[in-house]
Amino acid sequence: MQSTAFHEHEVLHKLKHFLPAQAPLKDFIHHNTLHAFQHLPFRVAMRESSEIFGYKTTLTIDEYRQLLLAGAIRESVLRETIARLKGEDQVEVWMKKLLHQEFKTENTTRIGSIRSHWKKVYRIDLDSWVHPILFRILCSYLDQGIAMWNFPVWHKGFLSSIREMERASFTSFFKTKKVRNLLLEGKCGIEYLLTLIVGDPTLFEGYLFDQQFAHQGWSGMVSAIEDNPATLLDHRKISLHDLIILELLLELDALEDQLGNEWQALGTVMTVRTIPLFATVPVSELSEALMMFQEAYEWTYYNDALAGLQSQHSAPIQAGRSFQAMFCIDDRECSIRRYLEKFDSNCQTFGTPGFFGVEFFYKPEHGKFHTKLCPAPVTPKYLIKEIEGRGKHERDLHFTKQTHSLFRGWLISQTLGFWSAIKLFVNIFKPSFSPATASSFRHMDKFSKLTIENHNLDHRENDLQVGFTVEEMATRVEGLLKSIGLVKDFAPLVYVVGHGSSSVNNPHFAAYDCGACSGRPGSVNARVICHMANHEGVREILAGRGISIPALTQFVGALHDTTRDEILFFDETFLNDENKWRHTSNEQVFAIALDHNAKERSRRFEIVNSSLSAEMVHDKVKLRSVSLFEPRPELNHATNALCIVGDRSLTKGLFLDRRSFLNSYDYRIDPDGKYLFSILKAAAPVCGGINLEYYFSRVDNQKLGAGTKLPHNVMGLFGVANGIDGDLRPGLPSQMIEVHDPIRLLIIVQHFPEVVANVIQQTKETHEWFINNWVNLAVLHPETKEVFVYREGQLISRIQENQPTRIANNLEQLVETHQENLPVYLIA
Amino acid sequence: MEYYLQIFIVIPLLGFITSLLASRTSEALLSRIAFVTVGLNVLLVSVFTVWWILAGHATLNLRDFVIFQSEHYEFLIDFCFDKVAAVYLMVGSILTFLVTIYSRFYLHREEGYKRFFNTVLFFYLGYTIVVLSGNLETLFIGWEILGISSFLLIAFYRDRYLPVKNAVKVFSIYRIADVGLILAMWLSHHLWGQNITFIEFDNGALVNAQLQSHALVGILVSLMILLSAAAKSAQLPFSSWLPRAMEGPTPSSAIFYGSLSVHIGVFILLRTFHFWEHQLSIRILIGLLGLFSSLVATGIARVQSSVKSQIAYSSIAQIGLIFIEVAAGFDNLALFHFAGNAFLRTYQLLVSPSVVSYLIREQFYHFVPRQHTIEDSLPKKIEYTIYMLCLKEWHLDAFMYRFLWKPIKWAGNKLGFLQARGVIIFLIVAALIGMLAILYQAYIPMVFSKYLPYVFGLIGLIMVFKAFTKRKNVQVSLLLVVANHFMIALAVSFNEHFGYDHTVIYLSGIVVSGLLGYLALLRLKALEPQVDLERFYGYSYEHPKIAFVFLLACLGLAGFPITPTFLGEDLIFSHIHEDQFVLAFMVALSFIIDGLALIRMYARVFMGPHVKSMYEMAYRSS
Repeated sequence: MQSTAFHEHEVLHKLKHFLPAQAPLKDFIHHNTLHAFQHLPFRVAMRESSEIFGYKTTLTIDEYRQLLLAGAIRESVLRETIARLKGEDQVEVWMKKLLHQEFKTENTTRIGSIRSHWKKVYRIDLDSWVHPILFRILCSYLDQGIAMWNFPVWHKGFLSSIREMERASFTSFFKTKKVRNLLLEGKCGIEYLLTLIVGDPTLFEGYLFDQQFAHQGWSGMVSAIEDNPATLLDHRKISLHDLIILELLLELDALEDQLGNEWQALGTVMTVRTIPLFATVPVSELSEALMMFQEAYEWTYYNDALAGLQSQHSAPIQAGRSFQAMFCIDDRECSIRRYLEKFDSNCQTFGTPGFFGVEFFYKPEHGKFHTKLCPAPVTPKYLIKEIEGRGKHERDLHFTKQTHSLFRGWLISQTLGFWSAIKLFVNIFKPSFSPATASSFRHMDKFSKLTIENHNLDHRENDLQVGFTVEEMATRVEGLLKSIGLVKDFAPLVYVVGHGSSSVNNPHFAAYDCGACSGRPGSVNARVICHMANHEGVREILAGRGISIPALTQFVGALHDTTRDEILFFDETFLNDENKWRHTSNEQVFAIALDHNAKERSRRFEIVNSSLSAEMVHDKVKLRSVSLFEPRPELNHATNALCIVGDRSLTKGLFLDRRSFLNSYDYRIDPDGKYLFSILKAAAPVCGGINLEYYFSRVDNQKLGAGTKLPHNVMGLFGVANGIDGDLRPGLPSQMIEVHDPIRLLIIVQHFPEVVANVIQQTKETHEWFINNWVNLAVLHPETKEVFVYREGQLISRIQENQPTRIANNLEQLVETHQENLPVYLIA
Repeated sequence: MEYYLQIFIVIPLLGFITSLLASRTSEALLSRIAFVTVGLNVLLVSVFTVWWILAGHATLNLRDFVIFQSEHYEFLIDFCFDKVAAVYLMVGSILTFLVTIYSRFYLHREEGYKRFFNTVLFFYLGYTIVVLSGNLETLFIGWEILGISSFLLIAFYRDRYLPVKNAVKVFSIYRIADVGLILAMWLSHHLWGQNITFIEFDNGALVNAQLQSHALVGILVSLMILLSAAAKSAQLPFSSWLPRAMEGPTPSSAIFYGSLSVHIGVFILLRTFHFWEHQLSIRILIGLLGLFSSLVATGIARVQSSVKSQIAYSSIAQIGLIFIEVAAGFDNLALFHFAGNAFLRTYQLLVSPSVVSYLIREQFYHFVPRQHTIEDSLPKKIEYTIYMLCLKEWHLDAFMYRFLWKPIKWAGNKLGFLQARGVIIFLIVAALIGMLAILYQAYIPMVFSKYLPYVFGLIGLIMVFKAFTKRKNVQVSLLLVVANHFMIALAVSFNEHFGYDHTVIYLSGIVVSGLLGYLALLRLKALEPQVDLERFYGYSYEHPKIAFVFLLACLGLAGFPITPTFLGEDLIFSHIHEDQFVLAFMVALSFIIDGLALIRMYARVFMGPHVKSMYEMAYRSS
């Protein structure tokens, strides 16, 4: 039962916890959409969030049944899942239910039930009175640069600004004097207003939840900005508290205006009390059935993957590599590595989070701000500055505010207007780069210099140390190399390849860049770590710590554009003559690999004919990134399902269909799991966050995702809404998730089970992901190849179903002829 | 030469019909049909225009064919081609062409791909008819097509609440424009004693002579035209519909609400320019309306913090300027301005999603904390007041609610005492009395019979008010709409003696559509337990076919040019005398509300979030 007293502070805190946590668009970072439920086991959380907030948290029973028919859920796995959850003797009973029972599918949602009484009792639609003006005021206050005339008062905080405007104005946002005076006289505490509107204190919490979840997009944005004001470049002071007060005032105003004296507080006219929002949610057969299907669906895929991994043999150590290349663990880099290894069997590739272990803020030349280039939870102490950049900023008059003014608009529409027709014509028939394109290559000028080394500890800006000392550099290089297991047998050239993406007409552009760099391209990080690794002082220190890098070996930074499949190398001019020559021939390998990578990606694009030659397909793929009319420049993380932490030899012979995050790791140089700890500490929230955001946006694209992006309207540069009066739409648009199979991430670690068990329990935050199964964890014993699965706090040995892994004899043909998500294949 | 004009209508018509037949899933075919249709038209229009210019660019007029003729009345399909038509046709065709190619990829895999292309072609068909029309009657056919296709495009995402709500809102404004046009047609019919073609306006002496003798009617015609133009072009006080129309996929918002649809008001002013050219008061009025609209819209545009509404209001401001240009007689400038504004806004809307990356980037490199705006130099109190008024769109949206919806709802609610069964019995009695009265009209004293049209007109009006506010029974609502048309027919029958064929023409479409709609509802009720008008039910999700049939029925009942009723409406009006403005207004008003009631019925039953929660459902506020 809810307590009778209303504790404002606690309720606001709780509300903020449940509201969407998505930051403004430019800082889009994937996270678990239902983070508020993460303290519960996944199974329970899905049931509760569905009942309380009305989310669809799995596929529908019919969709699962179809998957079963199609073989995407294997019956044997389904039986095994039932047996595990319900006991052997229940298998037949439940199989029957799963296949044939008509479940009651109309769900009752708790949220909104208190507030719905306004409509039932008084036939008044409060939302339609309050929302339009509320959203408009909010958006104008927070606006980052769309409006020409900004909110006239802003520095005092949201509510105070409105109060000041109300005080000195001939007009008002409110229709009744009474309510306006409440604001002006400051008689507007949340509790006071709730007493007027709702009356009964036991309903206050539920009422506020109903109210805020009627526009969770806006409330979530306000809450996110309140917690991190720096996320808006043009700072705004706002709080959920202020928003609620304004909304309550507007509600009161609408009630007074529409109903006059003929209304009473809601609590007094509600005859039946609704179920408290957070009362226990009973287990229903349907929710159990959905979970059985879901787990069987996941394990059908996992089984193939695990069987595939077991079938691989560790490769003999090979010296004399042609080159080595480090990529981000990103699932999109999985295939390019395969092609590099295919076209140069003598090369070696690694995967590691794409900030490459260097955390800092970056300030480009002429930039007025600095951006964070490392995983979102980390707060760096360093600043890297770009100098001597030739960054030129092309302008496009179409985006300027002059076009919206009356007289200049008159001139512009009769001049520029005709130019727009030509531009549109050209872009439709021959798309090309324009100032509107968000290009990863613009992040940093290729020929600029970076202030990487710190020569003087007093050199600080904005309380950040400019550059790293030699000692600090060495620590970072050591950490990186040891975590991926590259400590000897260095090739003459080691590439460090960050990634980014290019797109146009895409407000979600930040979601396409590197998640480990806070939604920015990883080019600066790649350059910085290479500079460090090439530094003589650093190499000396490293040699002392057991990593001796041959003097001939040089590190080269690069940026891979995952949309265009292009690569840009940095600082090649510093290479010695021999390496220059090697680099030239390696560039050819990269070029061919990129062509084929583009071709493999194109199998997803219905409009591109994948059976053309790789070069031709690549050209078409490039066009997508600059076409205004292309809502899917690339498919980003769609279909991700695995995260493999182990040696490349485990995965090298497998076709993983770009569905796996790959983190290189050598258990032999990390016997007590020190590096594994930091890998998992990052992989669980980062990869798990990506995976769950895709999961939830896919299963309920309307409530947990952003819906189709085609009607989206940019609000204040920080969010998107449908139309002009709508709620903000956090989550991913349907174009990003439509090909995604909603499968939780399976992290597979190659190490001894006892080490892994110890490592994951070291911090509570990381452990929560595993113990509650928001990501699944499997351990592959490096010697016996036995598989252990983490369930209920224990690593349980799992007898793999002896499913023969599929063999792909002709990968190219497979890619050309299939469009759907593919299971794991052995590469013949 | 003028015979070729028909081609530009026939091509979109064929394209539209073909696209209706294509399969839902064959994206390539659907987009190719649109591509070929509009592409071919662009090509032919260009060739034709060049030829026409070389041949001396004389205004062309084609008296195509007469649909209906009686002694005093003919319904003539007439086409006209001059520089106004040439510019509008070129700009419209080019933009539609570009956007169909654009949408081919943009809408890839979108639910409703077919619906989108059908509607775009339908819109284009309506547009070409309007632009090439040679008289008000022909124009009205195209005008109605524009209205309904706009409704369908705004409500493209029909399973969400806001698009449907806004589509109904916009439709209601369009309905006002329709009625302006109907009344203008009625008055001009009386003014000229016949249905006149636009080309006849060029004869200045004739126009002058008529206006001299009927000054008031002339002014009224112009006012009605201005009403239509202002509503269609989102001028004051109707401006708030335009930003709210931006609910469909971006390309459709871009060409229709960014450019073509919204410039149709300008078109009708240009088209009728020679008619009101010598009415100085009207010219001043148009100029002032344009001026106020552009000032107010600029103010509102300045405070908009969402991209699309900003573009919408700046476009309104420019159209205000175009109104001034038209009023001042600078027709070439107006045409040039129209073309430039249409292209510019279309492009701006199409690239609007890019604004985030572009402006954030610009902000990152060129941020200046707070720019001094011109308003900062105003006294604080004035500054805040204007800002807040602009933010509230000068109450324009509330204004529409207060003066359009609320009175109708109020009137309907006042009639709450009329229960369904009572109404039906009353109707039958009234109809019987009415028919008897017509048969024995000779025996009714003159004093009495003079008022009968008003009595029945009023009854009809009450019916339709009732239909609009009904919450429970959809069938009764539908019957009331049908009854309204019968009452109107009765009312007019008292007015003047005319052949039964006119009544038959008018009512045949009503009866057939009414029956069709009734059957559709019966079928739906057999399948679904709950069908009423209390809320949105979204049944088109599960029963798209019934939804389509019901939509056709609604269109028929609303006098859409698919049944003879369309012609009948015009005929009925021709029997209302010049001095019976009240009766004309009553009939016109019942046409407005009747359209609203029908679209509301369709929207409530078939659109909006689906009533069953088992489907993925968007938030109401999204």
